[in-house]
Amino acid sequence: MSVAAVTHGHAREPEQVGPAPKRIVTGYGFWIFLLSDMVMFACFFATYAVLVGQTAGGPRGADLFNLRIVAFETACLLASSFTCGLASIAADARSRLWFQAAMGATCVLGLAFLFLELREFAELAARDAGPTRSAFLSAFFTLVGCHGLHVSAGILWLLTMMAQVVAKGFRADIRRRILCFALFWHALDIIWVAVFTVVYLMGSGV
Amino acid sequence: MSDMQLTHGVADVAPGDEKEGRIGQRVIGYAVGLGLAILLTGTSFFIAGTDLVWQPSIPVALVVLAIAQMGIHLVFFLHITTSRDNTNNVMALAFGFLIVIQVIGGSLWIMANLNHNMMPMDRIMQMQR
Repeated sequence: MSVAAVTHGHAREPEQVGPAPKRIVTGYGFWIFLLSDMVMFACFFATYAVLVGQTAGGPRGADLFNLRIVAFETACLLASSFTCGLASIAADARSRLWFQAAMGATCVLGLAFLFLELREFAELAARDAGPTRSAFLSAFFTLVGCHGLHVSAGILWLLTMMAQVVAKGFRADIRRRILCFALFWHALDIIWVAVFTVVYLMGSGV
Repeated sequence: MSDMQLTHGVADVAPGDEKEGRIGQRVIGYAVGLGLAILLTGTSFFIAGTDLVWQPSIPVALVVLAIAQMGIHLVFFLHITTSRDNTNNVMALAFGFLIVIQVIGGSLWIMANLNHNMMPMDRIMQMQR
């Protein structure tokens, strides 16, 4: 072994044995939070599954759900996950223009999803199928509404990140926040997969 | 020699982070994920509304398709892989999965048992009169 190789090895050692880099610690911590969020959604899913038959003489899911709208909502979220991935790549490549464009597209798609969902909720409420109608509808509005709240919070976070990149650029802390936001947005998409399968597709078939 | 051992397998990767790759390759990765997700979603929506398959198999098929799609999202969008630098992320995910299964499975099991063993509601109402 040459002298250069030895000093090189020593220079590396503190990095290897010390605490993990901040990006890993932050990302891992946020990953744990997301998993706890999934556990919370699991509780809402369990509640919904238990109460889905308790319609108190009111409408069932098959009478209420419009699968065409659900398909559009799903398309919006799937496409927004893709554009969010593009934003992550742009952030790694330090390209402000592409980052803002991809985040803007994600924002528009997220808002389209929220618009469709709120319109659906308003329609249900107008047809006397609001959350107070039956245990089934209470569980439905809790579960789907909680996902909608997460999407709303995600859009606020997204706009904050766009502004922070304008103001501060791709600093290390800003890039950690972008990493966490991307994790959050993709996790919301995973939860929506469970929602449209369990609530809408299985609900409209029975 | 020891330097090689140190750099191999010790470093972790943050959840959601990809290994270094060219931009084009990474975009293709997301595009493949999107394509597979659209395929699985389309199949789900098709199966839910069709008469072509045996009706009792539909809920099972929907659940299988949903789980497959979650896997696609985890691999292509969240970059959770089986490589060694991802072990911590996978362990946390496995624990979350365990709790989710227990909460949903346990609730359904207990509530089905309760419903099965409980007197019908109208008889309870009669007894209270």
